[in-house]
Amino acid sequence: MTNRLDCCFSDLNDAGRCALVTYVTAGDPETAATLSIMHTLVAAGADVIELGVPFSDPMADGPTIQRASERALANGMSLTGVLDLVREFRNDNQTVPIVLMGYLNPIEAMGYVNFVGQAASAGVDGVLIVDVPPEEAADINSQLVANKLKQIFLVAPNSSPNRIEDVCKFASGFVYYVSVKGVTGSKSIDADEVSARIKQFRQRLSLPIGVGFGIKSPEAAAAIACAGDAVIVGSAIIEIIERHASDRQTMLDHIKSFVGQLRVALDTARAA
Amino acid sequence: MSAKVTASTSDPQSDAGLPDASGHFGIYGGKFVAETLMGPLAELEDAYLTCIRDPEFLAEFDHDLQHYVGRPSPLYHAKRLSDELGGAQVYLKREDLNHTGAHKINNTIGQALLARHMGKQRVIAETGAGQHGVATATVAARFGMQCVVYMGAEDIQRQSPNVFRMKLLGAEVVPVDSGSRTLKDALNEALRDWVSNVDDTFYIIGTVAGPHPYPAMVRDFQCVIGREARRQSLEQIGRLPDALVACVGGGSNAIGLFHPFIDDSDVQLIGVEAGGDGVETGRHSAPLNAGRPGILHGNRTYLMQDDDGQIVPTHSVSAGLDYPGVGPEHAWLKDNGRAEYVCINDDAAIAAFHQLTRVEGIIPALESSHALAYVNKLAPTMTREQTIVVNLSGRGDKDVQTVAALSGITL
Repeated sequence: MTNRLDCCFSDLNDAGRCALVTYVTAGDPETAATLSIMHTLVAAGADVIELGVPFSDPMADGPTIQRASERALANGMSLTGVLDLVREFRNDNQTVPIVLMGYLNPIEAMGYVNFVGQAASAGVDGVLIVDVPPEEAADINSQLVANKLKQIFLVAPNSSPNRIEDVCKFASGFVYYVSVKGVTGSKSIDADEVSARIKQFRQRLSLPIGVGFGIKSPEAAAAIACAGDAVIVGSAIIEIIERHASDRQTMLDHIKSFVGQLRVALDTARAA
Repeated sequence: MSAKVTASTSDPQSDAGLPDASGHFGIYGGKFVAETLMGPLAELEDAYLTCIRDPEFLAEFDHDLQHYVGRPSPLYHAKRLSDELGGAQVYLKREDLNHTGAHKINNTIGQALLARHMGKQRVIAETGAGQHGVATATVAARFGMQCVVYMGAEDIQRQSPNVFRMKLLGAEVVPVDSGSRTLKDALNEALRDWVSNVDDTFYIIGTVAGPHPYPAMVRDFQCVIGREARRQSLEQIGRLPDALVACVGGGSNAIGLFHPFIDDSDVQLIGVEAGGDGVETGRHSAPLNAGRPGILHGNRTYLMQDDDGQIVPTHSVSAGLDYPGVGPEHAWLKDNGRAEYVCINDDAAIAAFHQLTRVEGIIPALESSHALAYVNKLAPTMTREQTIVVNLSGRGDKDVQTVAALSGITL
């Protein structure tokens, strides 16, 4: 079977649309809620789900995602639990790609072979390991490739042209452009600067480029809808989850409304 | 033994030839960070490799170590302690006599000089016991740099005198309320600051952990301890010591002492981890004794973690040893057998604290007291002709409140 991520980006590209990638941390605010949240994201127009694997020391994340990780770990979420969630999601949805995003240590603890095998059979499509740059990627990448899973890498505003080429050695699926120097959920981005950088990257990168870190509103998403192949929104959704953690239905309604606005903003911007 | 892995650097201070060009000590070390930090780490590595070979930089470093820190620190023959233990002669490497009271300043001087060379006006640091924070705030004051120190909210409570010292020195102390509110969380927060402010900010890491080049760089700045101890042993004892003993949290004082002796295969190297309430209780800070390899803070090393790969809370009476990881070079020295790592529990460390204070008139830091407590076990098993050099890595003034509280006394 062709990888769901490849299909997704190829279909959207043919339709002239920008992909909407939404991030949530598995197990936040509680394990049972994540599955409903995932289906809500899809119903509201998300094309790809990034499912955060909680880690005790999320050093590349800002306070919002760190708090989500702490809540998830307090609920007993683990990498095994994340894979179970993906299996459950796949019972009802066989098309929307799922990318796991997290840190290397839980994967090391499970063992690369074990993790990659389970991820593939659970229905995961790609893996983004935040603290694995290309220099440290060879071992895990060979396992992922052998199991037809994509490895997504970050590129940053300060990534040199040489580094883009290093990333290209291992990257597949799409490349995640970190639009600000900072952590997830940082201050808002400068759309013109992002567009200029992405143009430069395109000379060296044939993969789709997603833009994330610091996109908090439909307006911000619209501003880069034409520069990137995908817009990635995480902390803004986590903030909704956090605000309405005690009232599941209100939380899902707000997520649906916010993600719906993002969808409209992207499609309108592309149509203009 | 794999101690002699192919040397990829001609650095005269990297006499064991490691780390390799990509920052690995065998399977340990490396650069496990998000892409945003790869550029700044490469820039740091370039500057560091240039400076460490630059005679002018080294001369200024040596000058500051001599005139500002007060080096060389004495190698002191603790005769009464040796007699009381009834075995090997015990020598104390007196890092407690350094300016600011610990070995930490050797490294902060080196990194501050490097920051100045790179044109960075702002330095940040993480701190546990506060010794590295004080040492960073001190050099920042001297170089006229802005200084921000991240410190776990829990540690701020138990090390209030050092918090005040840092503020006196002009540093901003930022409490870290996330995670376990201790050193590891302060390190996370400092990394986040660095990633957000890389253009004008230099991150002064306080130990031989973190992503490459920090473990090698901090080691090279701390190796002055071992180079002096080696020379002083030859002058004062007439030969090399039989054993070196140092406490290991992140492991910078230990690696600084050990490294210049790595090729002296007759010299036993012993690192002492914090056993806390006892390794069997799970309440300890001894990853080399009771952890397993994993990835944290940019490097692969032994970690205290659960079966799911989550980092677990640590415990030690000494805040400076209360860290779930350890420098990757120690992980490598453990696996290849060149060094041995043992554990000392809180109560034995506190007993050693009192013992040195009363027998030699020297109040040791609680961190260093772990090394002293192991010497209490080791020395009686050796002959009077044999010698042990123990790193007295810091003085205990900062710990008097903790020790008083343990004795039920309020100061």
